[in-house]
Amino acid sequence: MRYLVLLKAASAPSSPPPEDLMAAIMALGEEATSAGALLDTQGLLPSAAGTRVTLSAGSLTASDGPFTESKELISYAIYDVRSKQDAVEWTNRFMKVHRDMWPGWDGEADILRVFGTEDFPAPGNAPAASE
Amino acid sequence: MSDTHAAVEAVWRIESGRLVAMLARITGDFAGAEDLAQDALERALTQWPTHGIPQHPASWLMATAKHIAVDRYRRQLNLVDKLAAIAHEPITALSTEGDPMATVDDGLAASVPDDLLRLIFTACHPALSLDSQVALTLRTVAGLRTPEIARAFLVPEATIGQRISRAKRTLTDKQVRFELPSALDLPSRLGAVLAVIYLVFNEGYSATAGDDWTRPALCHDALRLGRVLARLQPDEPEVHGLLALMELQASRIPARSGPAGEQLLLADQNRRRWDRLHIRRGLTALQAAETLGGGPYTVQAAIAACHARAPGIDATDWARVSALYTVLSYLSPSAVVSLNKAVAVGMADGPERGLALADELQTHPALVAYPALSAVRATFLRQLGRPDEARAAFQQAADLTSNVSQRAIYQRQRDNPAPHVPKAAP
Repeated sequence: MRYLVLLKAASAPSSPPPEDLMAAIMALGEEATSAGALLDTQGLLPSAAGTRVTLSAGSLTASDGPFTESKELISYAIYDVRSKQDAVEWTNRFMKVHRDMWPGWDGEADILRVFGTEDFPAPGNAPAASE
Repeated sequence: MSDTHAAVEAVWRIESGRLVAMLARITGDFAGAEDLAQDALERALTQWPTHGIPQHPASWLMATAKHIAVDRYRRQLNLVDKLAAIAHEPITALSTEGDPMATVDDGLAASVPDDLLRLIFTACHPALSLDSQVALTLRTVAGLRTPEIARAFLVPEATIGQRISRAKRTLTDKQVRFELPSALDLPSRLGAVLAVIYLVFNEGYSATAGDDWTRPALCHDALRLGRVLARLQPDEPEVHGLLALMELQASRIPARSGPAGEQLLLADQNRRRWDRLHIRRGLTALQAAETLGGGPYTVQAAIAACHARAPGIDATDWARVSALYTVLSYLSPSAVVSLNKAVAVGMADGPERGLALADELQTHPALVAYPALSAVRATFLRQLGRPDEARAAFQQAADLTSNVSQRAIYQRQRDNPAPHVPKAAP
């Protein structure tokens, strides 16, 4: 099962993230990749560097960030795991290093299931064919 | 299943490999290490739901396994003391060794990759039957529990339990050491590991509609094992080759069945439904494999990549597919490879050449009564404007197959006058 994890910050200390935290995040990412679970992850620039395209009542508008009304998206990660609980466990570990190494940082991570190969039925009564 | 129970199992899937591997290296006893790890898991399953999940669940499991080990060791020492007292002789050999568990340190992360590799090679040891290798690999390396393995392989739980206990006994009886294979043995031992992983993948891939979801999930268990191995053995071309093959095959899963659940041939699949992330990862792994030299899995992956790169069946580089099948027929000759080569040659050089190759295969002992051969001949015959022979050959294919869905495909083709692209694999 494939999951997309979106990390959002609610509030962060004014100081930059400590080096220890960055090292721990790198180590955790390496661990999850070595376990075959983490397929992709990247950090995201603040929404000030982005643009929002809106469709409303038939008209399109593009407005540059920051998107003030919502929490800032910090990063995304894509996991291939056996159950949702596995994605929760990896995300817990990710949140714990923030808790332990960057006091004052608050945030949340949304774990969303991606439509994946297991959501498509296999052919009924099919042979072990190579197609 | 409670949330806590699911959480324990999630921690277990992530940690079991490392836990068993580390315990096995310290104790030098794979079977004992597996028992210790399972006992630690059982304690987690009873304690965490009431006491809550510990702050550091991985360390908790390791510490608990150590405590259990120390308890057992002390009990053995007590027994030795009692025996010594009975014999009126001091026994010093064991006590001077100290506590072997004192060397355990959770900070031994540097040795973990090698431990994990030892674990994989031990689980896939040639002293064990293939069934046992599969069960042991899924339980220790992938962290699946016995009921999950049983469900996925459609066998009773007791059967898997027996396979695992028999495997552990065999490893102990034959004094198989917890170590990496020698350079001399590495190719064959690695081949065994790859065969186990590919078997798990194919078991999931061949699962049919209506099967328990744990069966198709085996594809992803195999993919994760393949990725783990690619990290541990980055210089081995076939490790990347197998991973590439599995990623590329998995990419087609969303497209391989039609609206009525019928199986779709490669030619009939909607390629926009192929999973792009799997294809990208497959092509990357293939590049690594080809750079390192390749082998049979790599060549099969290269063939799959020709299909993955092509927007449609007619836009496929059939000349390359046909050349790759020629390579594969040298590396790992089989009748099915020859048949697939005939298909590719027919697509690359025209139906006449393809039919000539297919006709030669009719006397092959492995292909007598093989429905796909009849279907391939039928397709070429139709393309060559020989409709009566084509109909007869499709009928023969339909008569030969015992698979209902496959028979429907052949009957449809028999009654469909339009030339149809033959079945190509993999």
